[in-house]
Amino acid sequence: MELGFLLQLLLNGLIVGALYGVVAMSFVLIYKASQVVNFAQGEFLLVGAWVCWWLLTAWQLPFWLGFLVTLAFMTLFGILLQVVVLRPLIGEPVISVIMVTIGLSIFFQALMKWMFGVFAQPFPPVFAVERVRVLGLEVQSVYLFSLAISVAIMLGFWWFFTYSKHGLAMRATAFDQQVAASLGVSVPRVFAMSWAISAVVSAVAGVVVGVVNGVSSALSFYGIKVFPAVILGGLDSIVGAVLGGLIVGVLENLAQWLDAEWLNWGNMYQVAPFYAMILILLIKPYGLFGTETIERV
Amino acid sequence: MATMTPAGDYRSTYREDMTIFPTRGSRIALWVGLALLCLAPLVLDRYLLHLLINIGFLGIAALGLNILVGFTGQISIGHAAFFGFGAFASAWAHEALHIPVALAIPLAGLATALIGLVFGAPAARLKGLYLAIATLAAQFILEDFFARARWFTGGVAGRVTEPFSLFGFAFDTDETYFYVVLAFVVVMFAGAANLMRTRDGRALVAVRDHYLSAEMMGINLAYYRTLSFGIASFYAGIGGALYAHYLLFVSVEAFNILFSIQFLGMVIIGGLGTIKGSLMGAAFMVLLPEVVQSLADMLAGGAVDRALKLGASISYLREMAIGAAIILFLIFEPDGLAHRWQQIKAYWKLYPYSH
Repeated sequence: MELGFLLQLLLNGLIVGALYGVVAMSFVLIYKASQVVNFAQGEFLLVGAWVCWWLLTAWQLPFWLGFLVTLAFMTLFGILLQVVVLRPLIGEPVISVIMVTIGLSIFFQALMKWMFGVFAQPFPPVFAVERVRVLGLEVQSVYLFSLAISVAIMLGFWWFFTYSKHGLAMRATAFDQQVAASLGVSVPRVFAMSWAISAVVSAVAGVVVGVVNGVSSALSFYGIKVFPAVILGGLDSIVGAVLGGLIVGVLENLAQWLDAEWLNWGNMYQVAPFYAMILILLIKPYGLFGTETIERV
Repeated sequence: MATMTPAGDYRSTYREDMTIFPTRGSRIALWVGLALLCLAPLVLDRYLLHLLINIGFLGIAALGLNILVGFTGQISIGHAAFFGFGAFASAWAHEALHIPVALAIPLAGLATALIGLVFGAPAARLKGLYLAIATLAAQFILEDFFARARWFTGGVAGRVTEPFSLFGFAFDTDETYFYVVLAFVVVMFAGAANLMRTRDGRALVAVRDHYLSAEMMGINLAYYRTLSFGIASFYAGIGGALYAHYLLFVSVEAFNILFSIQFLGMVIIGGLGTIKGSLMGAAFMVLLPEVVQSLADMLAGGAVDRALKLGASISYLREMAIGAAIILFLIFEPDGLAHRWQQIKAYWKLYPYSH
């Protein structure tokens, strides 16, 4: 077992983990703002990636233009979902809200399979240079691009929630809806906005993964992988989501390596995060940074 | 339903108040309905019987999930994994331990209940969405276990099982197996209806309605939450075992998350917290793909069919129909089919002077 291989694994884990972090962040955004656990987060990636792929191949748009049109589309998509499907369910029990997002998830997954087929489709090449060497390690340039985008999105979130008016309104709503509404924050608009932002950010992640691995329905599995990340970090903590995503990314790569070296069980890459999640739920259900809810009668 | 009892039907004892079928009419309807169902294999064709059998074993599993979700208020997104465990357990018990199938089915139910208790242990501490996520993990872990445990499941090749047989008579056709499933459905549904009027059943409902108050009234939360998981898994195991001995082949891929979601869909569409709703929901979920199929067949060959590739992508259309049905029911009929059925009955009861 040479050190270089381990480093390579860690780097891969961090790159994939950064993407998990981005998706987890947009998941947490929806949860914080509107208390909805979005089981359809993976479908945001899926829809975004397919739309971008379709614009690039069927319409032959240049990448930057197709990308921008995708983002515009996803903004509308997120708002529409919130207004049409989620708004009638405000005040309903948790199970109804969870089930409706699950329903959305299988609906869009099947719709995408119907429209674009089940086979992975490669993106048209976006970068001229295939791979670069960083610190003696081979890295595909798309990976670097994905890491850069992830970091940019995280910085964007930080700026948005610390300085912008809308971001502050969102934090106020997350803190207490009634107080926020009484101070002039339009709560329905904040809900719609959080869904729009979440859809857009997830779509960016979807496009990045699509460029790296090709677009296929496997993308929606990112929406499931998000759960270990957010549970680890704490359901309502954006910092926790990022950290959780990174940890899950590294964890699954390490688990795969352990498996290949000694255990030979197979499939650890997919399952290890879920074992970790069960453990965390048993030991520390509110995660690293989540707020513990105290219930009073 | 208090509003549904006819005038003059008074209850003077607790025993009368707790009867499951309160009026003479409902009791007659029950026995006539059962008798009609017993005649079904003589008149119905193979295909309809096949659908009825499916409704039967899926309804049993859905009832288990309804006890968990509808009566106790705990969410499980891993029900199909337990259903699958029951299927494999029964097949394995029959093949490896040479237990007769008639005995292997209840044993599979018990084994699944044990597994359910293991995964239900987090349920003692968790609730709401945390529990949903934990059971999601259970789904993936069990699915992974199925793929790996070749001694138990036959691995990716799947496992072949024997038909149900009793006293040397093999129930290996749709006509005969129908009676097996019917018997199990009657026993399991009667069991659940009776459970709900015992102390334990009422404790489960109390945990759902307000768990803090329930705890203050002396209900052991951890015990009842875990118990509810065990009961739900028991029902899932029985349903799965019936499925295994009907298809005579169990494959690992069948018990994926989509199947789990279908179970949740059955419970929601049928009506949370209703016994008969579970059966209605199962019937809806079994018939929905058939309706989609027949709609696609009607359009087959036309311009719409060619433009949208309906025939080739029928399975996606089915999945979309399931997703859409769940969403539409939650928005427009959150109380499910059982509630709608009550309303229809009430409407005709008072017709034409409903006000």
